[in-house]
Amino acid sequence: MPVTKRDDRVRVMTGNEACAEAALAAGLKFFAGYPITPSSEIAEELSTKLPASGGKFIQMEDEISAMGAIIGASLAGAKSMTATSGPGFSLKQENIGYACITEVPCVIVNVMRGGPSTGLPTMPAQSDVMQARWGTHGDHPIIVLCPQSVAETIDLTVRAFSLTEKFRIPVILLMDETVGHISEKIRLPKYEELEIYERHKPTVPPEEYLPYRHTDNDIPEMATFGSGYRFHVTGLCHDETGFPTNNPVEIEKQMLRLNRKLERYRDEIIEVETAGDEDAEIGVFAYGSTARSAKRAMLMAQEKGIKTCFLRPRTMWPFPDLEVRAMGEKVRSIIVPEMNLGQIAHEVEWAVAGQAEVIKVNKISGEPISPPEILAAIEKAVK
Amino acid sequence: MESFDYSPYLREKKFPLIWCAGCGHGIVMKAILRAIDRVGWDRDDMVMVSGIGCSSRMPGYVDFNTLHTTHGRAIPFATGVKMANPDLHVIVITGDGDATAIGGNHYIHAARRNIDLTVVLLNNSIYGMTGGQVSPTTPKGKRASTAPFGNFEASFNISGLAEAAGASFVARGTAYGAVQLSKYIEKALLKKGLSVVEAISPCPTVFGRRNAMRSPVEMYEDIHENSVSVKKAGTMTADDLEDKIITGVLTDIEKPEYTTEYKKLIATLGGSS
Ligand SMILES: Cc1ncc(C[n+]2csc(CCOP(=O)(O)OP(=O)(O)O)c2C)c(N)n1
Ligand code: SF4
Repeated sequence: MPVTKRDDRVRVMTGNEACAEAALAAGLKFFAGYPITPSSEIAEELSTKLPASGGKFIQMEDEISAMGAIIGASLAGAKSMTATSGPGFSLKQENIGYACITEVPCVIVNVMRGGPSTGLPTMPAQSDVMQARWGTHGDHPIIVLCPQSVAETIDLTVRAFSLTEKFRIPVILLMDETVGHISEKIRLPKYEELEIYERHKPTVPPEEYLPYRHTDNDIPEMATFGSGYRFHVTGLCHDETGFPTNNPVEIEKQMLRLNRKLERYRDEIIEVETAGDEDAEIGVFAYGSTARSAKRAMLMAQEKGIKTCFLRPRTMWPFPDLEVRAMGEKVRSIIVPEMNLGQIAHEVEWAVAGQAEVIKVNKISGEPISPPEILAAIEKAVK
Repeated sequence: MESFDYSPYLREKKFPLIWCAGCGHGIVMKAILRAIDRVGWDRDDMVMVSGIGCSSRMPGYVDFNTLHTTHGRAIPFATGVKMANPDLHVIVITGDGDATAIGGNHYIHAARRNIDLTVVLLNNSIYGMTGGQVSPTTPKGKRASTAPFGNFEASFNISGLAEAAGASFVARGTAYGAVQLSKYIEKALLKKGLSVVEAISPCPTVFGRRNAMRSPVEMYEDIHENSVSVKKAGTMTADDLEDKIITGVLTDIEKPEYTTEYKKLIATLGGSS
């Protein structure tokens, strides 16, 4: 056996530190934020590391302006990110909608804490899963990724940048307080081997450039301010030229294209983890830090002879409805533990469409859901 | 000035303008374009960023990189653009409601940071776009659709606010004195730091109509009669200056500019941008 060399990619870090680390690896050049527990460490890390790598960090006067600043920076060509938690996430919503309709790539990290309002600043919750999807007004596409661990925060942060740059859809990295603050030993990926997608820029002469062109792939090329392509960006409904329009045909064409991106690229965007018995009677559907308890509970159930399987969305939105439906066709009951009052359970119910019973396990006390609590639900369901 | 050719700077295909006949906003736009022409900057390097309001529709008509953002938030978007690429010349177009009600926080913090943006604030003392509601700059006693008995809130001195918050250049001009206004804008463009030009821009449609100034001409005459130069204002009492529009360069100081300082920080840390 060869002598193992000391592995210089092994680190002990928190989820928040991992997020900052991975964002830099993905090419982050601009971060704007406003302090809020439990996300502040992301800003703190980046306030040191961004300028040291030639990027820019700014602490803005609030979350609204931080969101505006990252959109501006992205238009000027910088890969951009902001990070926040519950109350700040609420404040960002109007400008998140702006990024959606103008198709400006950006990453928004929300380290979830208990709400509503000031709620539980230092305790975990998963109560923003619906806000992450529908927090801003109007029909809009959005991608939401949900890591369960420090190691996965690295992967999904890098992925968030690739997805937002590729599809021109804002990506929300939805962490929870446990993932943000837990310290874990991880092995950093070889950054040079990571697949990092850069935005697609126009090649036509500037006078022919249409910033919201109806392309074959539904993703218009994105020029950078200052690159010789002078174009207009507005949050008003616009046509291919980027200028506002009141023409119903043009409005509908653009809005359908915008929203179609999610359906069209669904399989590329959605990632799930599955585990457990092929012939399971009981399924467990869980996400974020709760999924770790849920997987443990599945193993405990299997030890007791209960055939159980497990499904975990790494991509929360678009919702993995087909994957959930497939589970529903197989099992009798699906247990959905979550640190809220059942926000995603409703989505699961809709996806399984009556094929399986959906059983909620909820907690909003600021405490994580433990494996025995989920096991108890599994055991009750088989009786 | 008569013979100035605006067409290279305009997106004439986007005409007619949404602005009403007699609105001051078009005059301010022309003053800006003449100032840019004198400074000689390339259109590719210019970014015009606005919020929401009648005034904030300006970027749609000018042939630069243009960004029409959300209500009150032009300055934050502009801050991101400028930080990401400090070589770009960034002009912010905003209204009195946009900049000092919903966006008031950003306005003072941009001044405090002294980031190199040129803010042209078109002050018509009213919310034009939404139909004439009272704004933070509506003078006491004036009527608005939401101040039917006359405004009884005190109004902001928005140039004074920028000065107090740390802007390195502040000037006030009017749509009546467009030649002077354009000169102030030129100085503001050239200033390295946060500069504000408050442009008094009449809204005959929803302000004048409610305040016994039926014709645009009356409104412009009113501005003319009430304008006092900074120099002359220095010789007048506070009582005499009540209701007067003090025009001229109000502040012009040298101080460290945000993106320049940030560049230095990057250099000290050995990063390269
Ligand atoms: C968040 C939000 N609140 C309210 C509005 C409605 N709104 C549009 S323009 C405007 C006021 C504009 O007034 P001002 O900035 O003074 O510009 P003007 O139209 O007078 O040039 C308001 C309140 C909005 N667009 N967004
Ligand atoms: S409503 Fe007033 S501010 Fe708006 S365009 Fe008309 S005159 Fe100008």
